[in-house]
Amino acid sequence: MPHDHDHEHTEPPSDIALRVKALETLLIDKGLVDPSALDEIIETYEHKVGPRNGAHVVARAWSDPKFKKQLMEDATAAVDSLGYSGRQGEHLQVVENTSALHNVVVCTLCSCYPWTVLGLPPAWYKSAPYRSRVVSEPRSVLAEFGTELAEEMSIRVWDSTSEMRYLVLPMRPEGTEDWTEEQLQQLVTRNSMIGVELAKSPNNLDATVEGKD
Amino acid sequence: MHGGHDLGGKQGLGPINPEPESEEPVFHSDWERRVFALTIATGMLGKWNIDQSRYARERQHPIDYLKHSYYENWYEGVSKLLIENGLVSKEELLGESTAQPASPDIRVPSQDDAKKILTSGGPTLMQLDIEPKFNIGEKIRVVKSYTYGHTRAPAYVQGCIGEIAIQHGGHVFPDSNARGQLAGEHLYAVCFSSRELWGTEHDNSEVFIDLWEPYLVAV
Repeated sequence: MPHDHDHEHTEPPSDIALRVKALETLLIDKGLVDPSALDEIIETYEHKVGPRNGAHVVARAWSDPKFKKQLMEDATAAVDSLGYSGRQGEHLQVVENTSALHNVVVCTLCSCYPWTVLGLPPAWYKSAPYRSRVVSEPRSVLAEFGTELAEEMSIRVWDSTSEMRYLVLPMRPEGTEDWTEEQLQQLVTRNSMIGVELAKSPNNLDATVEGKD
Repeated sequence: MHGGHDLGGKQGLGPINPEPESEEPVFHSDWERRVFALTIATGMLGKWNIDQSRYARERQHPIDYLKHSYYENWYEGVSKLLIENGLVSKEELLGESTAQPASPDIRVPSQDDAKKILTSGGPTLMQLDIEPKFNIGEKIRVVKSYTYGHTRAPAYVQGCIGEIAIQHGGHVFPDSNARGQLAGEHLYAVCFSSRELWGTEHDNSEVFIDLWEPYLVAV
């Protein structure tokens, strides 16, 4: 394949799927990876750790003021008390949305993301358009997600350059005063905990459930 | 380094076009799943740290970095780390020579080991003997830095004035960690107005970004 610039990478089979397959075979043949460890890693992040963990944290914070206080003071410990801890969640901080301030999270340099509560990041979170624009034009980025904020609402963008991991605590939707924690969890989307959307309103939830049926 | 990865404030990269949340799979194809697991598993061999891993992905021609999909950059990073650390030869990777068994000194994590490592994570908090230099509310300027090394001070905040918002305590300093030297420095969340960063008026937005003490000077 012709290239007009210097680069360091090698040129094994051009198709990335073949190159990854070749690398896996090589590492197993050399005894550098244990296939059952690979299975464990995939199983953990494809099926066990995901945004339902974060939804549990948020719904608990909405319904239990003591837990919320602990969460705002020491999110790592509070989240650990619900059984969620580990890689890419060693140092958590929760940032709270209010009627005057909206928070949104990015990693402009790579893809830092709170795995323990949200799982692996979606493709758009890791993409150049999101990483480049959300710090400089957050309102237009939020609008692209269908989130139109009032002009007087302040926006705070968190660029996670360190090992601190940020989780947005969305505002509890109106009309949910008598909802249980389990019911509230259904309103908490992954995108609302990144901060590009608001939590679902009870009306939207009904529509979604009917749509699925 | 001012590489293709340092994207904050860059223009012309197009719309975001997010997939609907309910429809997006964790991995979009099997090779993504495999390269993700290979990267995490080989990281557990203890031959490199997270900053060296990030630096390996950054050290690409910017055109390559931006042209690649996210997990293609992971492939580039992990294959570079394996070669640079002598775990795999270029010839082996290219299929030009037979795979030689790895050194028996290398401890390869089992399934149980992997499970434990994923659950325990790798905290970066460090006890430091010295007090933080800056207090909450203090104004600082981010120093200009022109390095080919790894740094977590993005170009868009360098030279800008911000205000210390949070003291996070002492954390592993990525710039030296990427050179294999473990050192701790005080870490802060620093607040910058959009006016300071971009010259925009009436935008009513701000950026909070984590920055280590060596990146900052008092103003």
